[in-house]
Amino acid sequence: MSNRRIENHPILGELPPAAKVLIVVDGKPLSARAGDTVASALVAAGWTAFRRTEKRNEPRGVFCAIGKCTDCVMTVNGVPNVRTCITLVEDDMQVETQEGLGAWRIP
Amino acid sequence: MADSVTQCEVAVIGAGPAGLSAAVQLGEMGVDTIVLDEKPAAGGQLFKQIHKFFGSERHMAGMRGFEIGRLLLERCENLDIPVRLNCPVWALYPDKTLGTTWQGQSAAIAAKQVIVATGAAENALSFPGWTLPGVMGAGAAQTLVNYHRVRPGERALVVGAGNVGLIVAYQLLQAGIEVVAIAEAMHTVGGYMVHASKIRRMGVPFAMNHTVVSAEGAGRVERCTIAAIDESFNLREGTEKTFDVDLVCIAVGLSPAVELCAAMGMEMTHVGELGGRIPLHDSVLNTSIDGVYVAGDVSGVEEASSAMEEGRLAAVSALTALGRISRPQSDEMKSEIARSLAQLRRGPFGMTVASRKEDVCRRYEEQCLKIV
Repeated sequence: MSNRRIENHPILGELPPAAKVLIVVDGKPLSARAGDTVASALVAAGWTAFRRTEKRNEPRGVFCAIGKCTDCVMTVNGVPNVRTCITLVEDDMQVETQEGLGAWRIP
Repeated sequence: MADSVTQCEVAVIGAGPAGLSAAVQLGEMGVDTIVLDEKPAAGGQLFKQIHKFFGSERHMAGMRGFEIGRLLLERCENLDIPVRLNCPVWALYPDKTLGTTWQGQSAAIAAKQVIVATGAAENALSFPGWTLPGVMGAGAAQTLVNYHRVRPGERALVVGAGNVGLIVAYQLLQAGIEVVAIAEAMHTVGGYMVHASKIRRMGVPFAMNHTVVSAEGAGRVERCTIAAIDESFNLREGTEKTFDVDLVCIAVGLSPAVELCAAMGMEMTHVGELGGRIPLHDSVLNTSIDGVYVAGDVSGVEEASSAMEEGRLAAVSALTALGRISRPQSDEMKSEIARSLAQLRRGPFGMTVASRKEDVCRRYEEQCLKIV
């Protein structure tokens, strides 16, 4: 997966250091930065399709990035339809590409 | 759960420029205030605005959006105003009780006054392929690039040459993303020329009188086709141009986030120039529900400077209703803010906003006060 981080920025300067947070996406580990949302961590790693739709099995990704549109929802820690653009990453967070309307998987 | 009810004098829904400004105004008068926001960070859309603001000193001209955001948060902190984050408000009742979710539980908040400052959401544009990943709001790309410091693509097409389209196009370039073109359906640039000129100087072509025909790609956007349109917005055949892009940024306006207002049964109205459906409100931001006010983009889409003034104005209305300031004090504060808002609502766009806001006030008087 590509690195899409903006390390240097003409206005914002160098990317400030941040603690590493390890999440698990579709069973594979993914390294994020503390303060990342699930969506920004995925975009940084080159992900684009976060879920597939119920009726037509079409891919969907980030559309509004501010919690309004619900296009970026995924199943997070067994809870479906979590808005990944306003959910911060936490260590060991289990993130899954959501199929259709998703399913609850809470022990 | 009925047994966990938080009492407060004023609940502010939304921790953006309007909500935070309202909270600061209230906190300065010693009012017991709580600010609620569903997002994990406060500041609304200020922290993705890395450009300098216009206006006068009062409007913090020359400061960048994120600097203004920091300042507002600092003021809230100094005044000990609780800002409850990750706290979606899912109901607002006429008795000023709020239903919220907080820390995984339902939590009710009983307020005497409520200020709704829920902001706005970007409009989508429907065309074949508009749902492909990589087609997103221009503001979404702005959030990812400026706030999260990630590039959602390497080559972008921007749709819409209003201020959002222009500013985001420039900020994509600053982030090292190539902008292949800005397509605009109108024949003139809607945003400020100062922004448009900057982008032209950087060599980004403007495709005026053009719209998006389609976006294509396997699982994500890989190509986007635009074409010229005539005065009736019909496609001109043979004018199609296809760009290889992995990002399409849609900047075709915003709609007020009125869900809570509409669900609680506020009187609503539709004003295209203010972004669409908005709660009816008067010149000091009263709505049809006694003790509930609106402020910022939810009352009509403008920008952060006017949102901050509206936040203060709604706070003054709440202070008046609570009896915390005298009538003459209230009148003086309201007219001071009104003057400042009038300053911001200059220029062709501002004049339209001011005039539509007046229409809304008139409609409010007719429908809510029954004064004809």
